This record gives sequence, C-alpha cells and structure tokens, in this order.
Amino acid sequence: MRYPYVTGTSVIGIKYKDGILLAADMGGSYGSTLRYKSVERIKAIGKHSLLGASGEISDFQEILRYLDELILYDNMWDDDNSLGPKEVHNYLNRIMYNRRNKFNPLWNTLVLGGVKNGKKYLGMVSMIGVHFEDDHVATGFGNHLARPILRDEWREDLSFEEAVKLLEKCMCVCLLRDRSSINKFQIAKITEEGVTISQPYALKTNWELSAFKNPSKGAEGTW
Amino acid sequence: MSSIGTGYDLSVTTFSPDGRVFQIEYAAKAVDNSGTVIGIKCKDGIVMGVEKLVASKMMLAGSNRRIHSVHRHSGMAVAGLAADGRQIVARAKSEATSYERVYGEPIPVKELADRVASYVHLCTLYWWLRPFGCGVIIGGYDRDGPQLYMVEPSGIFMYFGTAIGKGRQAAKTEIEKLKLSELSCREGVIEVAKIIYGLHDEAKDKAFELEMSWVCEESNRQHQKVPDDLLEAAKAAAKAALEEMDAD
Repeated sequence: MRYPYVTGTSVIGIKYKDGILLAADMGGSYGSTLRYKSVERIKAIGKHSLLGASGEISDFQEILRYLDELILYDNMWDDDNSLGPKEVHNYLNRIMYNRRNKFNPLWNTLVLGGVKNGKKYLGMVSMIGVHFEDDHVATGFGNHLARPILRDEWREDLSFEEAVKLLEKCMCVCLLRDRSSINKFQIAKITEEGVTISQPYALKTNWELSAFKNPSKGAEGTW
Repeated sequence: MSSIGTGYDLSVTTFSPDGRVFQIEYAAKAVDNSGTVIGIKCKDGIVMGVEKLVASKMMLAGSNRRIHSVHRHSGMAVAGLAADGRQIVARAKSEATSYERVYGEPIPVKELADRVASYVHLCTLYWWLRPFGCGVIIGGYDRDGPQLYMVEPSGIFMYFGTAIGKGRQAAKTEIEKLKLSELSCREGVIEVAKIIYGLHDEAKDKAFELEMSWVCEESNRQHQKVPDDLLEAAKAAAKAALEEMDAD
C-alpha cells in the first residue's frame, strides 16, 4: 500500500438559491509540513461543473488530465450538447472505484458541484469509490467540523451573501481546529451563468481570547 | 484504361509495367465523384466548406456530417467515402490527444497532417488492405498561425487554398481569383459559399446542404461550425450572386 505525499485538506460545498458554492484553502502539506501555500484545489470542469479536491495533490492533477480529455472528446462531437455535473460525477465515481479495485487508489476525496438546465447538483466521491449527493458536503476534517454547522444553518433558499457568510463560518472553524488548514481560501461559484472562482483571500481571525493568552496555564509540567 | 483485366490493378502493392499503381488511381476516382470540398487560408484563419450531397429527402438536416473537429484547434473536411473519412477522423483525434498527453501541448497542424498522411499511406503498403476512398482537408491554427493541408491516398500537400471532389477544377480557378492574403475569414465564408453554390448544377446534381467551419481569431483559434447567422448570410449572398449571374 502506498501513501500520499502532498495533500490538501477539507473542501466544503453547499447548494444555495442560484447554484453551488465550493470553498477550500490553498495549502499543500508535505506530510505535516505546510510545504505549499498557493495550490488551487477548485477547478472548473467543462461548462457546467466545478471540482474540488482534498487529498494527494498530484493525483488531483492526474484526475484533471483525465477530465480534460473527457471534455475534449465531448466537445469534438460538436453537437451542441455537453456533459453536465451528473455525468462528470458518474465518470469520477467509475475512475475512483476502478483504481481502488486495482489496490492503487487515487488518494482523494472529490466534491463535484454544478448546474445544468436549472438543476443544481452537488456530490462527493471518496478514494475508495463511495459516492453520494447531498445539499451540503465536506471532505475530511470538514465533515466533522463544518457539517454540524451546515446541518443547523443551511437552507435551500440561502442568498449568495448568506451562503458565503455560512461557508466562511465553516472555514473559520476548520482553520482554528484543523492544523493542516491555512488562512488563504478560494470560494468558487457556479450558476446557470457560469463559473467564477474567487481570488485568494484571508479570513479575519481573533486570537485575543483569554484561553489563547497563556496556553500552558493549567497544564502541569509545561512551561 | 487498356490495362484493365491484365491483373496489374488487383493490389496496392503491384505496379503496372508503365509505373502506375492502379489501386491508388481508383481511390482517387472515388474522391472525384463526391461533393466538392473547399478549404482556403485567409489572412486571419482557415475556412472550410462542403457541398454535402443529400442522399435522401427523408434525412434529417445536419446529418452525415463531413466536417469534423479534431482537438480544439483544428478540423477536417472529408470528400469521398464518408465511412472511410470517419476512420481517418477517428485516427486523427486519437493522434491529437495522444500528442497532448505526451508533450503537454496541442499537436501542431503540420504534425497532425503528417501523422494522418502516414496512416493513409500505411493502407497503401499491404496487399490485404485497400487504400482509403477519400481525401481530407485539414485546417488548423497553432503557434505558426493558420495552416491548411490536404491528404489523399497519393500524398500530402500544403496550401493557401484547395478543393477536392466533383467540382474541384472549377472551384480551384475560382479560389485563384481571390486575394487570400487580404481576405478576412468573415469574407472568406461568403466567398466559399458563393463558389459552392456557383458550381452546383441545380438541374443535374442532387440536392445539397452547405456545411461550413472555420478556425480564426473570431472563433478564438478554435475549430467551430460557422455561426448560424453568418452561414445564412453567406447562403443568401451566394444565391443573390447566382441570380445576378443568370440575369447577365
């Protein structure tokens, strides 16, 4: 069995009123060392889909190559029809499951979001091929840290601003509790109009809480 | 052809005593009966047009396409046996994608044309294969600008403008009259449409459909079907030009 080298941490995806939002930070960890700080882990796939990946970065790049070829062959038909998020998700499911059957999985958890013909789509695939759709999804630590918040606060009719705020709240929790996350994010939006991936930006953090002032207080034997 | 029946035309691997390979010439004949295919290189790109003869009135408009996309930046127009053409197009597509997999950049048009030509040539090297009954025009845009090639069973050529199929002679003389180095693709589309409509004999020939594509700055250096509004405008201009000629 082989293990990943450079990995990215959580990706969070939610549906909102007009489409899908994906959020991920831009860190790439070499083991537990934060080695890379501007890895784009959210990419547009064709006209109707967005893909976010956590896990091995190079495997994600390989997947992007597969998808590029898939989209190219689809475009060459030139039949005014193109693969939607559902089809792309299904393709990824097959790729991931096929590789795990070769006992050589692509070490990623993928989030696939998209909009086509007015239908919103949000799904996930894991490195062993487990796949599902949901209204909000999160990979890795995000599944533990962000999804409880989403379960409480997510609504189908979230406006864009509300949805971004909700995502930032989730990312903030991930930032504070997941050591491999970094404070440099991208949020990507897909609607019927198309894809926009934000420039990298940082969240405002507050380290003035008293618990942070003297972290070793109360822990005996430390200085 | 006096040598029919003398046995020199049975295989692509056999020369006749006077140095000809009849199977190649037969393949060329299959191409010569097909609807005319035109490709021109304008100052800012490539325009390709096909006089697609419609086999049946019951056929859905737009079926049996003769212009195909190969990768993002190039396309191929086929004259001759459509099925053989699709074989070549499929090969071209896989050559183009495999090139990008290996070298990480889109295949140069020259390389694509060379590879397609090698494939076509391959089928003239074995007695158990027959040569393709079609010629193709390959148009594309790469770092060296727009380029136009023609591949036939007899070889590969690079062009400013060319035509194959039934009306090729007439079409070529018309192309020669154009000032290709000053022509934009938008104008080129109309000229190609005029040529195709002009050489089509309404009384004698079967009904046809005009199929056109381009690769130029306007299409983002991507091979695309000519936009519907421009195609309709070109058809109208071609018909108007025809009527003007008849009036004279």
